[in-house]
Amino acid sequence: MKQVFKKPESLKDVQTHFCPGCHHGTIHRLVAEAMDEFGVQQHTIGVASVGCSVFLYGYFDIDVVESPHGRAAAVATGVKRAKPDSFVFTYQGDGDLAAIGTAEIIHAANRGEDITVIFVNNTTYGMTGGQMAPTTLLGQRTSTSPYGRNKSKDGAPIRMAELLSQLEGVAFSARVAVDSPRNLMDAKKQIKKAFRYQVEGKGFSFIEALSACPTNWGMNPLSANARVGAEMCDYFKPGVYKNVENL
Amino acid sequence: MAAIEAGCRYYFGYPITPQSDIPEYLSRELPKLGGEFIQAESEIASINMLLGASATGVRAMTSSSSPGISLKQEGISYMAGSELPGVIVNISRSGPGLGGIDASQADYFQAVKGGGHGGYHIVVLAPASVQELYDLTMLAFDLADNYRMPAMVLGDSVVGQMKEALVANRRPDTKLPPKDWAVRGRGGGEQRVVKSLFLGDGELEAHNWRLHAKYQELKERETRWEEFMVADARLLVTAFGSTARIVKTAVMMAREAGLKVGLLRPVTLFPFPEKALQRATQQCKKVLDIELNTGQMVEDVRLCVARDAEVNFYGRPPGAGSLPTPEELLEQIRKHY
Amino acid sequence: MALIRIDELRCKGCGLCTIACPHKLIVLSDKINHQGYTPAHITLQDKCIGCALCAEMCPDVAIVVFK
Repeated sequence: MKQVFKKPESLKDVQTHFCPGCHHGTIHRLVAEAMDEFGVQQHTIGVASVGCSVFLYGYFDIDVVESPHGRAAAVATGVKRAKPDSFVFTYQGDGDLAAIGTAEIIHAANRGEDITVIFVNNTTYGMTGGQMAPTTLLGQRTSTSPYGRNKSKDGAPIRMAELLSQLEGVAFSARVAVDSPRNLMDAKKQIKKAFRYQVEGKGFSFIEALSACPTNWGMNPLSANARVGAEMCDYFKPGVYKNVENL
Repeated sequence: MAAIEAGCRYYFGYPITPQSDIPEYLSRELPKLGGEFIQAESEIASINMLLGASATGVRAMTSSSSPGISLKQEGISYMAGSELPGVIVNISRSGPGLGGIDASQADYFQAVKGGGHGGYHIVVLAPASVQELYDLTMLAFDLADNYRMPAMVLGDSVVGQMKEALVANRRPDTKLPPKDWAVRGRGGGEQRVVKSLFLGDGELEAHNWRLHAKYQELKERETRWEEFMVADARLLVTAFGSTARIVKTAVMMAREAGLKVGLLRPVTLFPFPEKALQRATQQCKKVLDIELNTGQMVEDVRLCVARDAEVNFYGRPPGAGSLPTPEELLEQIRKHY
Repeated sequence: MALIRIDELRCKGCGLCTIACPHKLIVLSDKINHQGYTPAHITLQDKCIGCALCAEMCPDVAIVVFK
């Protein structure tokens, strides 16, 4: 018998700290698979952010720089400019990238930095205990929006994949989900494409991955997984929003 | 020029008066040398680009002025915590808030006491001339690399905008440790991680003790100061940076008038010349500290002088419009003599 | 013929593999593992077609598949 599915090389053989049903683990694995496929593990420098994604170095068997909250895209800029031959990616959550790090992500994208950004959108601040995020859906209750997110007070959730696709420097921008085998296979394809664009020096590539956060949503893993398809995919539509190869 | 001579090829910054000459010059020169110049979207972004570049082991720098340095404090704290070298030039202006662009020494506390969170130190060098600005910038790179910590060159608009003769010294031949901690992409080697998060049992405490030991070593080995006519002085004047130049003139005028006055000028504000000050005040019991603020370094002076020494202060708050004249300082010297 | 191996110590019992399996061969156990979760296990191994969808969906890389 042949082994048809195994842990990717770029991923360490360790237990993660993620809660049961959290999609971070799945997204980590897809990123590691892409790293393996392009053979970049040995010259990759990962840039970790602040939040549940901070332990990047604990799970990926690669060199990692930890950045302050929201600043991963700026740190990655410094890394890539100083070491242009390395493969550089950031891995950031929605509070990190779409709130405190908005300026950094927009300008790194606009400069067309030759990096790949993995943005995990789970509509909440996971690490700090489920507060309202810039991507929290309207009406969604969180620990700081106990009456539900209110459009007139809090604004509407930000769609980063679409927003960044408007910028000249962006070579690739896509939103994916990993809540079903079908979505997951597509996610795998898009993440690999994002990696390929950097390998080929095409410019800034961006993946927004929708993720469940069962613990902070107050749901069991299966209901949380179902919410991704039922509610999140409705507002945050998966798809490719920018692809320089098609322009 | 000094940064380039020191081997720095990466600059990340954001324009602010009165230091914009630095990015303007480097934006022209670095590309010719195969380096990178980025005008970032903010001071916050630029300090983090410095963090990223430094993590790969290259010599890199940023520069700004007071309000911009405030924005960089988060990144400086992370760099200190991650033990990353990197040079930050602060051609400070007056504050608080937007303040003004007049010469000021009101950022002493911010620079020396760890302007960001978490209890750390950075190397702080205070040039008093264009020559020193040049030489100390090169020293900043060496100290930063040697001790794996950020180093700041703290000047003001006087030093920053002054035109005077300069000998373009060559980079000192300093023996530096290999950067075997820098991320490079594993390349078959061990995983390297640059980080400031330590959650393991006792890890953060051990990390902080290690940082503390480094600061002690720095105090022992790298403290620099200038003494001028201190040996027989009855009154010791302390001052740093551009103010110390005016003080020096006033000291010479006092000497001509027969007053035994000396000057002790800290060149490194951190590490502070504690022992030199202690030694000098064993004989000389009167100290006058002069600053272009309402009293900041004077706190450290008071902590370091001999127990029975008397410390007086004269200063002007930032933005007073003009610098103190030697005559004005001589009057203060006479008053406290 | 196919075979899956679920690392019951690594498994957090989220159940995402149970909905991924096209033949509904995986269920959560009644037993509790050392982490305090009820790990997944396969009921009818000989019916497994080795599609690996369970492994693909597993956030903890706790499943390996042979075919």
